[in-house]
Amino acid sequence: MIELISAERCIGCDLCIRVCPTDVFDAAAGGGVPVIARQDDCQTCFMCESRCPVDAMYVAPLRTPAPADSVHRDLDRLAADGTLGSYRARLGWGHGRRPPRTSEQLYAIAGLTGPER
Amino acid sequence: MTPRERDPLRVTTDVLVVGGGPAATWAALAARAAGAEVLLVDKGYCGTSGVTASAGTTHWLVPPKHRAAAAAERDRRGAGLTDPAYLDRTMDQSWRRYQPVAAAIGYPATGYFRDVLGERHLVQGPVYMKEMRRRVRRAGARILDHAPALGLLRDGDGQVRGARGVLRQEDRAWSATAGGVVLATGGCAFRSGALGSHVNTGDGLLMAAEVGAALSGMEFSNYYGLSPAGAAMEKNLYFRTATYTDADGAVVAEDPDEIGAMVTGRVALMRARLAGPLYAVLDRTTPAHRADLRAQTANAFLVFDRLGIDPFRQRFEVDFVLEGTIRGSGGVRTLDPSGWTGVPGLWAAGDTASREPLVGASSGAGAPNSSWTVASGSLAGSAAARHALASATWPAPAAGTGTAGVSAGRTRGRRPWRDVVDTVQAVMLPMAPNAFRSAGTLAAGLRRLDATWRELRELPAGTGRQQVEAREAAAMLAAARWVQHSALARTESRGLHRRLDHPGTDSAQRGHVLVHGVDHPVVQRIPAIRKDPVR
Repeated sequence: MIELISAERCIGCDLCIRVCPTDVFDAAAGGGVPVIARQDDCQTCFMCESRCPVDAMYVAPLRTPAPADSVHRDLDRLAADGTLGSYRARLGWGHGRRPPRTSEQLYAIAGLTGPER
Repeated sequence: MTPRERDPLRVTTDVLVVGGGPAATWAALAARAAGAEVLLVDKGYCGTSGVTASAGTTHWLVPPKHRAAAAAERDRRGAGLTDPAYLDRTMDQSWRRYQPVAAAIGYPATGYFRDVLGERHLVQGPVYMKEMRRRVRRAGARILDHAPALGLLRDGDGQVRGARGVLRQEDRAWSATAGGVVLATGGCAFRSGALGSHVNTGDGLLMAAEVGAALSGMEFSNYYGLSPAGAAMEKNLYFRTATYTDADGAVVAEDPDEIGAMVTGRVALMRARLAGPLYAVLDRTTPAHRADLRAQTANAFLVFDRLGIDPFRQRFEVDFVLEGTIRGSGGVRTLDPSGWTGVPGLWAAGDTASREPLVGASSGAGAPNSSWTVASGSLAGSAAARHALASATWPAPAAGTGTAGVSAGRTRGRRPWRDVVDTVQAVMLPMAPNAFRSAGTLAAGLRRLDATWRELRELPAGTGRQQVEAREAAAMLAAARWVQHSALARTESRGLHRRLDHPGTDSAQRGHVLVHGVDHPVVQRIPAIRKDPVR
């Protein structure tokens, strides 16, 4: 489920409001970081995270909300260890990244040397 | 009525495509190519909506020389319910139309992603659907996102002439007049939590049935996918490579081969899960498999990595998640490979249509269903465009349909259709009665659903987002009732449909179970197309 939007990274572009297929977010009154208004409609599809241009969003892997003391709510840790933005990096989306076009690039972006055949 | 409802967005177009997944985008492209103006309306956002965008997907791409053998194998797996004409068109259309998209996206599949039935090109869902949205826009089709449809519009002759709905982020109504309509809203997984399926509440099935289309194969709707427990990441490929154990570490079953059919291995796994917790470890893999899996399915390893699991070495708890008609094969009955529903002006494509002609009683899981979206979407878009362009003007739609769950009136407090969804899920989600069926539990479930349907007819639905939620509840409830009716009628076991009280396959029942009607569903049996099934 969507758990966090980094206020430090968010640029208030509201793209997540537009691309979320289940309409989870609302615009914040007066602009700024969007509000996770309908978390129970989140389907854990990672689509918002995949489109966020500044790697500000974190979707936890579980279908139910994470407790407050969960690692999935620890924004500082998730930012520090590179988890924020890791799906975009894997797809090759975002500034300075390129989507893989060949099998070799696909393995490389997954951190693999090759198919080990 | 709010001011926004009195002032709806009104659009006129040649072809209206309802939905925003692969079948909808293929339909939009084909209709544009045929010279039609196209409006595509999606409940969510075309490009992220549905089960394809959030997954990785393979396509079933069969070279011409292998098609006869592939069709025969499909029919064998489908228990004699496939249709050679649909199989031919699906293989032909997907082979020709998908390849340019594959070339645009790049990276060919490696060895693991091939099988005896045809080449499979694997693509990350987000990448594929982003590309499809780009193509639809470049082709000149108009897209309305966050525009769920509430019902179809008909003219005085009974022709479908558009649809109406809500712009849910603006609390404003929309109404589209069209010469032809393609329903591609996906299947129905009853909000089980299956990956990407939250929007797939069977809306298109209900809208089609309300104007007189039939449903077919709704008994083949009880496919359960395996996911890491608590997550939404059903992946059949992984689970072909696993060893399964129970709580005590005893091996339950190995490699349930032939994923997609209710074969011995799967049934053993399901029974083991009913008895207690079930665990898997993907240790039946070679280093080459492991690299392929990690490289080619980004989202699955996103989940494993975030859960802190090394699935190749550590055993992890797994659970079955209902994937309903999405990986089943039931849906709107179509009369030809263009997806014509038999209702003038209305076509069904993708998971909205019954895929029995392609996969029969088995699951279309993954590759066949993906190729089906290419073919059925394209053929429906072309046919709807021809139909629309054949008449210069159309009579204005006279009558709206789609009344279930949207009676007038405001709602206070707890939204009552939440209770409707709870009832539908209580009947449909548990594996014990739904995967292993019998007359008693089916009839009991149906009585409960019928009583809820009568209540739903009286519920006030509110406005805007609330109306959408109410219609979604109505659609899931309608689908659940069709499933129970169909499953009761088929007094045998065939493919996904498993009856404890009729464990054998009855050759006299090799045919289709149709259901007509919304308030009072009526079942009809028709024989299979093939005279002699493939053995």
